[in-house]
Amino acid sequence: MGWLFDPAHWSGSTGIPVRIVEHFTYTWLTLLIAAVIAVPLGAFVGHTGRGGFLIVGLTNGLRALPTLAVLIIVVLWAGIGDVPVYTALVLLAVPPIMAGTYAGIRAVEPSIVDAARGVGMHEGGVLLQVELPNALPLVFGGFRGAALQVVSTATIAAYVGAGGLGRFVFDGLAFQEYDQMLGGAVLVAVLAVLVDLVFVGLQKLTVSPGVVGAGSGGNR
Amino acid sequence: MIEFRAVTKRFEDGTIAVDELDLTVEAGTITVFVGPSGCGKTTSLRMVNRMIDPTSGTILVDGKDVLSVDPPTLRRGIGYVIQQAGLFPHRTVLDNVATVPLLSGWDRRRARTRAAELLETVGLPAEFGKRYPAQLSGGQQQRVGVARALAADPPVLLMDEPFSAVDPIVREGLQDELLRLQAEIGKTIVFVTHDIDEALKLGDKVAVMRTGGHLAQYAKPAELLSAPANDFVANFVGKDRGYRTLTFLSADVPVHEIDAVKVGDTVTSNSWKLVVDDTRRPLGWLSPVDGSVEVTADRLIAGGSLYDGGTLRSALDAALSSPSALGVTVDAEGAVVGVVHADDVLKALAAARAAGEVPS
Repeated sequence: MGWLFDPAHWSGSTGIPVRIVEHFTYTWLTLLIAAVIAVPLGAFVGHTGRGGFLIVGLTNGLRALPTLAVLIIVVLWAGIGDVPVYTALVLLAVPPIMAGTYAGIRAVEPSIVDAARGVGMHEGGVLLQVELPNALPLVFGGFRGAALQVVSTATIAAYVGAGGLGRFVFDGLAFQEYDQMLGGAVLVAVLAVLVDLVFVGLQKLTVSPGVVGAGSGGNR
Repeated sequence: MIEFRAVTKRFEDGTIAVDELDLTVEAGTITVFVGPSGCGKTTSLRMVNRMIDPTSGTILVDGKDVLSVDPPTLRRGIGYVIQQAGLFPHRTVLDNVATVPLLSGWDRRRARTRAAELLETVGLPAEFGKRYPAQLSGGQQQRVGVARALAADPPVLLMDEPFSAVDPIVREGLQDELLRLQAEIGKTIVFVTHDIDEALKLGDKVAVMRTGGHLAQYAKPAELLSAPANDFVANFVGKDRGYRTLTFLSADVPVHEIDAVKVGDTVTSNSWKLVVDDTRRPLGWLSPVDGSVEVTADRLIAGGSLYDGGTLRSALDAALSSPSALGVTVDAEGAVVGVVHADDVLKALAAARAAGEVPS
């Protein structure tokens, strides 16, 4: 633990703060890209009820992909840089978000959806004004799962020469500086908890108190 | 007014839900579609606001073919109440009620003001507006459902088994409330139920439907009871038809005087005495006594149902349920007016028959 609290490691262009920012950037940018892909897809399939097999197949298929292999393949194809890192991480984050969104929308009681149509909402209104707000606890469940995986897996960015907290882990391993390695691992864990807390806060802010499972990420 | 003209609905699997339905729902009345499950009553209702489109035939609402209007626009002009209420869990009660006005482009303030008015109309306290549906009982949720359907003041209201998920006592209260409300608002209401008692109670006219989507009989409740069109209808309306017919007759039943006594009086009599309080409200009966006796609370025998001057059924029930066989009649304040005899009810029924008031 001495390594972690040494002021010398908390400054400079390779210091802990810089690495934390890099790691955090990988995380939020990955989640953003994954959300743009996974939420509309999960929502569309959940709403129409068509193509459920697509969600299941895609989710299982993507989950079976070894992230490290994806990373290396994309490096071989596109070279060292951010592209392979984001590709690998986005592929990791898409399945839980998509599955959460899909499951959340399917779980909205049919009578509520029937009422939404019956009072004269357009299909888009049914989805955005009724289904999604009620699906939010499960959608957040998907995001929290994805965020945890992305924060921990972003460590391997360092394996292909990129930044992030993985630098400490891989450098520590290479130089046999095990305190540095341990320090890096602890920082990843702390960051994971903090990111999860951010989602808990977001969930509290956005999920209506009337929704069953509000604030707990539970199901209905 | 809603007109069904040769309306047929055949589902993709080939089942015929509604078969050549011809029926007119008069403006300002409650029409009940009743029948066993699979008779097409809900399908018929849902074709009115295009939740389902007919395979063939035409449905006109106030002369306009529903198929000529796009569904969301059509539905905003037709109130829709469903089983379990179908309230939006994430919205407050007030915002639930304001849904249709907001969809129709009202500004938020006006929509909420209107919603608050409607909560009052359906008998809910204003502070319920801030609650979420999950915090309400089933009966209260259903009232909110009715308020939501009425928010944009549509001329037509579709109610799909709205009260079947609440317990019987609450259901009866909601039915009374609906009749009271309807007397005020005079909407054209189509009401679907599988409960024949509910149908007979609420309907100005009742359409009895049978499996396969056939209309078995379309008539006023009294007529269904006294002159069922066929065995199916006769069986469906049940065994107590004769007794239930009395519900729809309000003939004059002679009211006889009765000796009323108060607690503390001393009486000598060999007939039943009605015991009343200071405002002449009935407390109970005193059975015939030998010699004289003081009226005390512990000697009282509880009375039967009260006849409020309404239907023959309530007069007969008052007489039958009373320990003295005398049905107590009360005025609007609940004070005793007199008593009715069961045989007078039967005479009144005979008179009504003779006068042709009972369809046969």
